[in-house]
Amino acid sequence: MLRIEHLRVGDLPPLSFEVADGECLAVEGPSGAGKTRLLRAIADLDPVMGQVFLDGAERNEMTAWEWRTKVRYCAAEPAWWSETPRDAFLAEADRERLSRLLHGLGLEMDMLDRPVALLSTGERQRLALARALIDEPHVLLLDEPTAALDAETAALVEERIKYHVLSGRSIVLVSHDHGQIERLAHTRLLLPGAGAAGERAA
Amino acid sequence: MTYVPLTPLDLVLAAALLIINGTISWLFSLKLEKSLAVAAVRMVLQLALIGLVLKFIFAQTSPVWTAMLGLVMVVAAGVEVVSRQHRRMSGWATLGFSTATLLFIGMTVTCLGVGVIIGPEPWYAPRYILPILGMVLGNTMTAISLVLDTFSEAANRERGAIEARLALGARRFEATSNVLNVALRTGMMPILNSMATTGIVALPGMMTGQILAGVGPIEAAKYQVLIMFLIASATALGSFFGGLGAVLLLTDTRHRLRLDRITAHE
Repeated sequence: MLRIEHLRVGDLPPLSFEVADGECLAVEGPSGAGKTRLLRAIADLDPVMGQVFLDGAERNEMTAWEWRTKVRYCAAEPAWWSETPRDAFLAEADRERLSRLLHGLGLEMDMLDRPVALLSTGERQRLALARALIDEPHVLLLDEPTAALDAETAALVEERIKYHVLSGRSIVLVSHDHGQIERLAHTRLLLPGAGAAGERAA
Repeated sequence: MTYVPLTPLDLVLAAALLIINGTISWLFSLKLEKSLAVAAVRMVLQLALIGLVLKFIFAQTSPVWTAMLGLVMVVAAGVEVVSRQHRRMSGWATLGFSTATLLFIGMTVTCLGVGVIIGPEPWYAPRYILPILGMVLGNTMTAISLVLDTFSEAANRERGAIEARLALGARRFEATSNVLNVALRTGMMPILNSMATTGIVALPGMMTGQILAGVGPIEAAKYQVLIMFLIASATALGSFFGGLGAVLLLTDTRHRLRLDRITAHE
């Protein structure tokens, strides 16, 4: 179980909530409310006040890379650091499992060796999801996972998200697609707009 | 050894050449006259001052005075590294770390070059130590600032890729490896280029100076070769420590990319 205690994200009041195993939590709120910053803070990518626990263990008790292997952030706009997506997948990743994962997302194995620049935006987004899922993190922090996808491939991604949750792991989902939240989320967290949370005299 | 000493009148004649700069500035309304005057006066004063200081220190031939001037040079180079940064990473940390790096490299490379290889009597003879330290520091300083600048520029551009790797469980040196490679290459390129072209386009300054002072060209060339090797090793070390420092300054112990530590400058 992921437990957040008094996490200070931007101007928001301290946030405390839990995401149980096998649960998908949707984070909602207007643009600029701090949804992405919340996901980044949980993944320990930005320094913030507050504590985050996974199964009772505070994240500072483990190394940063152990934490991010268990609690993984998947950005809305995936970035790549080499010519082809291949380098983003662990060399020791089981070929069979990788192939199943890619097919489940409507991707082909040979896409791993194509230049990233020649892949479509949607293919890149799904490949980024695949690289985040390959070692099965306990918690996946998804930022707009289907923003660049058509309805058909978005449905494949939603299936994969459901499978992740059904296998007893958790998702924190940021999405502007209300239908998607309706279909996937068990619980919701509404972040107040910047105005409501942090209105200050000019 | 023969050389022709310059009289004050010679220098006045040379200064008259600045009329050319002034005229061009005036003709095209470049408004450079004031800067030109300030720069010329500064140059004359600074060189006269360092001439006097060196005259004093050469007369002492004392390790303490030599070390003191050397230290001043190191700190000045450290300050220069900081002020050359287009995007500054928290000034004091950069200053401390680049000054320490310059001190270490300046000391080891200069002592190796002068103490072990040239071997003057006494080994700390300021006439050898200080000019060579100056050349080593100048080039190391350039290497460090190039590496820092390139690293912060590239880390800013590649932020998404670095954080994607961190999110996948990479450690900070792994996540920044591409950026670090670019920065290290940039730091080490100038000396490679200058080794490859030296002597073809122009004679290096030190060699020219020695020839003017009456040293034979072959002797002067040998000194130049020595100094180029010293500079090459110093800039490699400078790039390495600069890269190490850049990663440590722009990431933290929780392996987060800390671009918030950069403040854009100018």
